[in-house]
Amino acid sequence: MNIPENLKYTEEHEWVKIEDGTAVMGITDFAQKMLTDVVFVELPEVGKQVEKGKPFIVVESVKSVSDVFAVLSGEVMEVNETVADDPALVNQDPYGKGWLVKIKISSVGETDSLLTHDAYLKLCEGEENK
Amino acid sequence: MTSYISGSEDDVNVMLETAGVKSIDGLFKDIPEEHKISGLINLPKGISEFELKKELSLLSEKNIQPTISFLGAGSYNHFIPSTVSAITGRSEFYTGYTPYQAEISQGSLQAIYEFQTMIAHLSGMDMANASMYDGATALGESAIMACTHTKKEKVLVAKSVHPEYRQVLHTYMAGRNIEVSEIKTDKGSVDIADLKAKLDDKTAGVIVQSPNFFGIIEDQEQIAEIAHGNSSLFISCVVEAMSLGYLKNPGECGADIFAGEGQSLGISQCYGGPHLGLIAVKKPLLRRLPGRISGKTVDADGKEAFILTLQAREQHIRREKASSNICTNQGLCAIAATVYLSTVGNKLMEIARQNHQKTNYAFESMSSCAEVLFQRPFFNEFVVKIPNANSDIKTLLQKGIIAGLPLEEYYPDMSDCILVCCTEMTTREQIDLLKSEIQNAGGNTQ
Amino acid sequence: MKTIFEKWQRDDNGFTFAKLDVPDNEAVPEKFLRKSLELPIISEPEVIRHYTTLSKRNFGVDLGFYPLGSCTMKYNPKINEDVARLAGFTELHPYMPQSSCQGAMQLMYELTDYLKEIAGMDAVTLQPAAGSHGEFTGMMVMKNYFQEKGASRNKVLIPDSAHGTNPATVTMSGLTCVQVKSNQKGTVDLDDLRNKMDKDVVGIMLTNPNTLGLFEEDILEVIRIVHDKGGLAYCDGANLNAIMGLVRPGDLGFDVIHFNLHKSFSTPHGCGGPGAGPIGVKEFLKRYLPNPSIEKEDEIYRFFYSKDSIGKVKAFYGNFGMLVRAYTYIRGLGSDGIRLAAERAVLNANYMKERLKPHYHLTYDRICQHEFVIDDSNMPNGVTTNDIAKRLLDFGFHAPTVYFPLIVQGAMMIEPTETETKETLDQFIDALIQIKHEAENEPDKVKNAPWTTPVKRVDAVKAAREVDITYCTICS
Repeated sequence: MNIPENLKYTEEHEWVKIEDGTAVMGITDFAQKMLTDVVFVELPEVGKQVEKGKPFIVVESVKSVSDVFAVLSGEVMEVNETVADDPALVNQDPYGKGWLVKIKISSVGETDSLLTHDAYLKLCEGEENK
Repeated sequence: MTSYISGSEDDVNVMLETAGVKSIDGLFKDIPEEHKISGLINLPKGISEFELKKELSLLSEKNIQPTISFLGAGSYNHFIPSTVSAITGRSEFYTGYTPYQAEISQGSLQAIYEFQTMIAHLSGMDMANASMYDGATALGESAIMACTHTKKEKVLVAKSVHPEYRQVLHTYMAGRNIEVSEIKTDKGSVDIADLKAKLDDKTAGVIVQSPNFFGIIEDQEQIAEIAHGNSSLFISCVVEAMSLGYLKNPGECGADIFAGEGQSLGISQCYGGPHLGLIAVKKPLLRRLPGRISGKTVDADGKEAFILTLQAREQHIRREKASSNICTNQGLCAIAATVYLSTVGNKLMEIARQNHQKTNYAFESMSSCAEVLFQRPFFNEFVVKIPNANSDIKTLLQKGIIAGLPLEEYYPDMSDCILVCCTEMTTREQIDLLKSEIQNAGGNTQ
Repeated sequence: MKTIFEKWQRDDNGFTFAKLDVPDNEAVPEKFLRKSLELPIISEPEVIRHYTTLSKRNFGVDLGFYPLGSCTMKYNPKINEDVARLAGFTELHPYMPQSSCQGAMQLMYELTDYLKEIAGMDAVTLQPAAGSHGEFTGMMVMKNYFQEKGASRNKVLIPDSAHGTNPATVTMSGLTCVQVKSNQKGTVDLDDLRNKMDKDVVGIMLTNPNTLGLFEEDILEVIRIVHDKGGLAYCDGANLNAIMGLVRPGDLGFDVIHFNLHKSFSTPHGCGGPGAGPIGVKEFLKRYLPNPSIEKEDEIYRFFYSKDSIGKVKAFYGNFGMLVRAYTYIRGLGSDGIRLAAERAVLNANYMKERLKPHYHLTYDRICQHEFVIDDSNMPNGVTTNDIAKRLLDFGFHAPTVYFPLIVQGAMMIEPTETETKETLDQFIDALIQIKHEAENEPDKVKNAPWTTPVKRVDAVKAAREVDITYCTICS
């Protein structure tokens, strides 16, 4: 299982990378494996205000559909149009070319509740053993 | 009569033993004892196939078929080529379920793909689904799509839309708590001033039927422009699918959603059902489409194949977030329409033109002996007013003639008005006879 | 196989229609007219060959065993098709005066009587066109009932084993779903139900027997909990085939039920419809049913309109052609045949379940009703439910319903129905046993199945990623 050390995570299997008040986010390797082949990603509009924990992206595979939740509150600055055209990128490169959106963070304090690499690894191991 | 329930006594005993119970009753121990039916429910005992045939034939003959009928209004008497029943009577088609296992359902999947293509082409839209229950429910679902797509919660519907379609629309909208407002009619078609007055920033869509319930062709292009000017969608409803072979299609007129009834395309009237709901959209609305969709792909050898696709929209995956709850649709009727359209091909234009020409002749005939209500262009229906319509209709009925549909029940201010329909099946003699009968009945001769 | 659009033959397909017998006048302005039409131009023999060839690439009940769980794919008696095609039915216009439609109205009236008796309900509408359409109708009846009482109830309880149509219906009705857990035995968890049943709840939507094929043994308690807090009980009748003639949902306390005439009452499924989904209700809900209903007075049948009705859910009166078939089926079977059908359907399912138990993991090991669920949890070499389903096709069988209900991972839901012989059941069981052996010894044979079907395993991912749902040459 691929869990990069330099990222933060959520219990809903999203990853986030924070730099200069902005957060780039996507879904984790664990999540893309659970979903199987992603066939469609519905991205929000740029400029949309999002609230931490609220669903704002939809990822579909042939057999399932999942909401992706905002990792942090803020404004959507950029969306990955390439993924909209080629959803397979989410499977092939979830932490790279398969990123989903960039958010301008509105309340910095929220980052505290994100999971570290170790905490997320534990979470995944727990779920795999279920 | 149990010839289609299997199991000899010996087999039953072996199976009971394997199942680990002494008797059939042992299989039903979870049913509360006090509510189990001892003996039989209160239905007639079964009868033989011979008796069934006799009984059902008698029932069918109790329905009195007219010699001549000018009834339309949402169910039309068109010619059905024999190819249609030859194919829909193939039990590979009529005894198959929804094509879940693509590898053994290529026949229906491909037929549906062809159907989707034909409906998209006829309606001038980008993509269609595998069918809806009927035109009225297709309209209800269209309004829901418009609301989800625009994130608004009100629709406008023209009063010239089929009354039963509007009733169904109201039920569907009451479900989703969406507001419906009706647009007035002016001389038989949409009152444009009233439409403009009722459009507001809550309006998700404008619903207009063309040809409308009175047979009149609405100016859809103008209505589409007005709707779009208000950032609302334009939903074009076509109840008489035959008109698609003659009139400019909804897509070209600017419709975002097309909702229609396909009964005219090779499906019998059958007392109002099963008919064939049609729905098609322009590309931006693709993922809002309800129901089944067949898509082309490849198999493991790279050979072209078909499969149900975009299923993540549907209830079995999205559950409470699905675009609709529809599951079973009108599969076999969609196949019937596909065979119909393949058989007539582009001759559909000629058949459709004949519908109009016959109606035009009837319109002129009736103009000479009664009052025709609206003058605007119509397709294959028009409204005529005859004094004492109710008693005249009864007199004609006794002679086996149905002059048309009395409109007062649906539009209280239209007493003595009847809706007359001609199709390619109507003959000149029938029209001439109707004219002379109405004259004899005392219509005002001009 | 080539589509019909690739078989375009010539400028004229030879199809002719009667010569125009009225003056050649048109009275529609040019701007309203269609300019061209590009439907395929093909001769009649080629049309027939094309669609006959397609039909041969399709599986139906007439070709073989179709154990699709919860779909009740029983044999469709041929007499039903014959009588449904009588001209007195097919050529009847829905707006013919009622005096001219007495045969059709009598048939509908008597069919409602039959369904009332089978379900133990007081009134039935035949208007809904399919099961989920019936669900919507029933939910709207319940919603209107509470609205009229001024109650602001807005939640509907649904077990986690329910069909997807149930929660989707609740949303369509403007209400909110609340999921109720299943217990270890596969039935409704009473404690969870008690916790969630409150004064905001419209009612519960319950399939009984449920989607695991189990009769809710605590059904009386379930309904009592709901009724005690003022809610209503809706029965999803998809699985009525297991209990018809044996117990009536109305007697158990259900207030509303929908029927699937294309399941329990043998009307053919037509590759996805048309079906028919009538609903039955108790007396106090009768006035909310869609208009019109049919009443009988002095041997004359008349339409009756209730002012409290939820309105119409479909144009005209329902999928009448399917009603004729279901009527014929019930009339043919009668009270004795209806009960026998349910008994044999349940016997067949239990027999199969016990024979398969040594080979496949049986999710709930107890007596089942008309269907049961096995899963892929003990399959070797990574063979999945989907692989087993595909391999079954090579044996000439349709696959069971797979990956449903959602609460069982890798579920295979098997419903044999009463119309299958023991010999057929044995052949299917033997095929499943053989597939288990193959999974152990030559897994690739299963994982790459099917081998003998008109096409090999179809690529669903490509279909969803590269959407091609209209043949592009004529649609641009």
